[in-house]
Formats: sequence, structure tokens, C-alpha cells
Amino acid sequence: MTEQHTNIYNFGFIDEDSKREVRRQLLKAVALPGHQVPFASRDLPIGRGWGTGGLQITMAIIAASDTLKVIDQGDDESVNAVNLRRLLTRTTGVSTTVDTQAATIIQTRHRIPEEQMREDQILVLQVPMVDPLRWVEPNLERATVMHGEADYGRMWVYMYESVIKAGDIRIATQYPVIVAGRYMMDTTPIPRWDVLRLHNADHLSLFGAGREKRVYAVPPYTTVEPLEFEDFRFKTEYAEGQRCHRCGATNTFLTGHFVKSPGTDEPGHWVTSCSDASYCDKQMVAQGWTEAQE
Amino acid sequence: MTDVASWVLNVTGLTKRYGLGCPRCAESTGPDHGSSQCPFCQTVHACVNAGFTLYQGEVLGIVGESGSGKSTLMQLINLTINPTAGEIWYREPTQDSTAMNLVTMDGFTRRHFRNDRLGIVHQRPELGLNMRFSVGGNVAEKLLLANWRHIGRIRERITELMIQTELPPERIDDDPNTFSGGMLQRVQIAKALSSNPGLLLLDEVTSGLDLSVQARVLDLIRRIQWEQKMTMLLVSHDLGVIKQLARRTIVMKNGFIVESGLTDQILEDPQHPYTQLLVSSAL
Ligand SMILES: Nc1ncnc2c1ncn2[C@@H]1O[C@H](COP(=O)(O)OP(=O)(O)O)[C@@H](O)[C@H]1O
Ligand SMILES: [Mg+2]
Ligand SMILES: [Zn+2]
Repeated sequence: MTEQHTNIYNFGFIDEDSKREVRRQLLKAVALPGHQVPFASRDLPIGRGWGTGGLQITMAIIAASDTLKVIDQGDDESVNAVNLRRLLTRTTGVSTTVDTQAATIIQTRHRIPEEQMREDQILVLQVPMVDPLRWVEPNLERATVMHGEADYGRMWVYMYESVIKAGDIRIATQYPVIVAGRYMMDTTPIPRWDVLRLHNADHLSLFGAGREKRVYAVPPYTTVEPLEFEDFRFKTEYAEGQRCHRCGATNTFLTGHFVKSPGTDEPGHWVTSCSDASYCDKQMVAQGWTEAQE
Repeated sequence: MTDVASWVLNVTGLTKRYGLGCPRCAESTGPDHGSSQCPFCQTVHACVNAGFTLYQGEVLGIVGESGSGKSTLMQLINLTINPTAGEIWYREPTQDSTAMNLVTMDGFTRRHFRNDRLGIVHQRPELGLNMRFSVGGNVAEKLLLANWRHIGRIRERITELMIQTELPPERIDDDPNTFSGGMLQRVQIAKALSSNPGLLLLDEVTSGLDLSVQARVLDLIRRIQWEQKMTMLLVSHDLGVIKQLARRTIVMKNGFIVESGLTDQILEDPQHPYTQLLVSSAL
């Protein structure tokens, strides 16, 4: 899977000074878990909003010895993942993998891989929206002061209102959490299914937002608690009896697809399968399938 | 009242200036010059060298014309603006508590102190309430910031506070925009009382209300003061309101305290010319 590293660009595309600057902000982010640290987001040969925040983090921390995995919506083969991976391999020459176990750096949008990550691995998340307080305080400067004072009363009223109006907490994604008992953090872009997997994780998670020019981090073994009430608990998307139609897994995050056999008159139907495609393939191989099948 | 152990708030040299100031500020601002703004450098001396002590269970009135610095003083004590100079000492009304200087607190401690120990009611309900949230949500904010995490118990407490402030508890989930001005002041009072604060700040809470509504809100405040022995700072431009509730009064003009003492004495025998004017026009 290795592509040739061409010497037209600096290793990792951005120059060493910029990388050092990003790493400095990342150290700050790790020291203050969940705290948003501004950084000088650069222009990259892909549009902002397509993962430039995560990309700059990966470019700043990657070494020639790393093995990279890039996923988008859980899939290594989505167009966006392929593009980002191509850019990273062309500018670094590092080897890539689809196997979560084999990767040292995993850049992702939307998902945390199903297989539990280890201490020696780093997860880099591309973040579209940074601040959970944007729901209750659109003014960035005032929101920053609120974070500084842990002034989260209004955000809790928002949660209260959600329960009162809908009978339950109605937040599908971008679920807010409290990190290390202190800072409120947005879990954009991961589903609720993955939120609890940040809690006391073995691995380091780094979040980067290119458009909003912020980075933040959840270091290993750090508490991540979703906002919830004693009588209205945080819930994941898990549904009783859920099952991947390919590998049969009942304990993964599933996505729905509409399938219809080409050239037949059969009406199509909906199926669900693991959102983490490479994990699903791995399960199927373990079950004796020689090639991933539909 | 002379018992040193019974004071709650002690303010000294409290000053708030908007602008950098210039050498001619002192000789051109204040009550003798009829303005708190310096004509040379435009600096506003909103509150200058204010000092007073507030005792447990006492209502202290602050009276003065518009722009005299009353709200500035309230905001300083509510820790929503930083003073240019001065100290604000607070003490829990228990025998063995130690006083703390609120001015030197860091932002985090200040935020949680304000939530827990202070309650404020503003003239304009939009300043104290979030009109996008329900009535109950607004009353719940301080409880939520104080880590109340059980919706059922939070709603019990909101209901209790609504009854206490004479609001219909069945309207707990209503939109505050459907409430009258007098009711919104009650919602603000319910919110302010939710944490059982040690000090209640009331800034022109009845200004802008019809006289009959105003009288009922003042009755409520009087009842709370009586039942809970609540310590209060009551700001009004209306001496009539002050007279009804405050035992002692401070008179402010152009950023300065020009007179202070027992309300009855001030009404009977005002010393400062401005106070004399105020009293004669109020009668
Ligand atoms: N943020 C500010 N910037 C500049 N001047 C201010 C500010 N806030 C208040 N002032 C000025 O301070 C003075 C006192 O205002 P305020 O305390 O609101 O008076 P009061 O409540 O007695 O009507 C006024 O002249 C007002 O214009
Ligand atoms: Mg005012
Ligand atoms: Zn001046």
C-alpha cells in the first residue's frame, strides 16, 4: 500500500516550523484535557471543512516509521479517506494499512475503530464544529470566558430543556461531555456509540478543526463523561437485537444500506452492517470467508 | 448590630472607572460638578471610593438619580465587572466563618461563589433570564450549575420556589414570553433564591411595573426578608420604594456616596443638598 514519497514537498507537506507550532499547541491541549487551544491553521491543497484540522495534526506528528490508517464514516475506501491518504503517503512515503491493530496513527472522521486501541496508538479526529457552548452562546469570546470559569449552567439548562420538551435527551450526534471533570467538550463528529469509548481509553485522541482553527485532546486514561441526569441517562444508538448482516456482529455500530440485486425484479430492502468496514472484513475472514462478500 | 460577628458584606474604597483618567478628572467630576464624566478625557467615574457595611438580615437601600452609579455598584458586588480599586469582603453569617475578599478570587471560584452565595434580580428580566428557555429551566439554572443532576428533584425544587414567589406552579414549562412583567420579576426572584444565597441584590426590580403590581412584588420581597432573614441590597431611584423596605440608606450622586444613615433620619433631616432635593420632591 506504500506510495512513493516525492521530494517536491517537505516531509508531511507543511514546513518544520509550522509542524513545531502545531505540536506545541497539541502539548498544551494534552496538558489541559478537553480545553480548546487555538492554532494557526494553514491552507492545504484540500478545502477547509474536508479534514484540514485533522490532516495538519497528522502531518505535524507523523514520522517515516509510522503506519497510517485513514477512515471516513468508518470506511477506509470512501473517496474522502482515499484522497487524504493519498496526500499523506505522497508527502511522507509512510506505509498504510486498513488494519486497526497494525496502525500507529489513525486519522478519522465520524468513527472510532471498533477494535480497542492501544497505548502506543494515536487517534486523530477531523472536527467540523468545536465548541459545545455554541448552542447556548454564539459569541466565541464569551464562550471562552464561560469555559475558563467552568460556567456550564446554561448548557445544563439546555440539557434540562431537551428532557422537558422531548421527554428524553434528544441529542443525536455532537454529544457534549465533561473531560477530566473540568472542561466541556464536543464529541463531534463521532456517534454516541463511540462517546463512551473515549472514557479512560488506552490511546491518545487528538482533535483538529481547520476552519475554526482549534485543537483539543483527550490523553490516555482520562475520564470522559457524557452530560446526563440520574433519572435521564445518556443512551447510545444500540437497539435490542441489532446485527450486522455480513459478519453477524451484535456489538458494533451499524449503518443501514438499501440493497437491490441488479438485473432482477426483486424489490430492494434495507440491511444493516458494521460501519467499521475493515473490522467487518476481518470478522468475516476469521469466520472462514476467503474474500469479503455482500 | 454592633456585634462584629454579624456583618455579611464590607465594602471599602470601591471604585469603577471607564477610561484611563487624567490629572484634571478629580477637579472636574463628582456631585459638585454635576457629572461623573470628565470633560477633558471623557473618562466616566461610575463609582468612586464607595464604602459601607451590611449586616446579617438587614436591607440596605441605595437611592440616586439615573446614572449615579447604583447599577455599577451592584455589578461590582455581583462580581460581573472588575473594580478599578477597592475591596469587597464577604462573610457567611455563621459565628466561626472567615471573611473572604471577593475581588482577589480567580474566575472559576468567583463564578461558583456567585452562583451559590449571591442572588440578583435585574430591572429588565431579559438581563436575568434566558427568554429562549422555559420558566422552569430559568429557575433551575443555579441548581444545575451547583451539580443538581436529578430532573425529578430539580422540578420539585422549582415548584417549591414558584409557590414561594406566588407563581402558578402548573406553568413551570411555559415560555417566559407569555408572562407579565410582574410575573417575570417573580421568576427572577425564584431563581435568585434557589441556592439559598447569603445576599440578595435587587436592582430597580419594581421600576417599570404598574403601581398595583409594584406593591405586590414589594410585599413578596418584604415577606422573603421577614421569613428568611435575608440580607439585601435594594437599589432604586424611587425613595418611596426604599422607605418601605430599607432600614438604612445610602444616597449616591455622580458616582459618589453623598449621604448615608438610617432611612427615617435621612427622610426627616436630609443633610446633603441633593438629598434634600430628593426628599422634598418625593413628598
Ligand atoms: N460599560 C460602560 N462603559 C462606559 N460607561 C458606563 C458603562 N456602564 C455604565 N457607564 C456609565 O457609568 C455611569 C453610572 O451608570 P449606572 O451605574 O448604570 O447608573 P445607575 O444604575 O445609577 O443609573 C453612567 O454615566 C453610565 O453611563
Ligand atoms: Mg441602574
Ligand atoms: Zn479626565
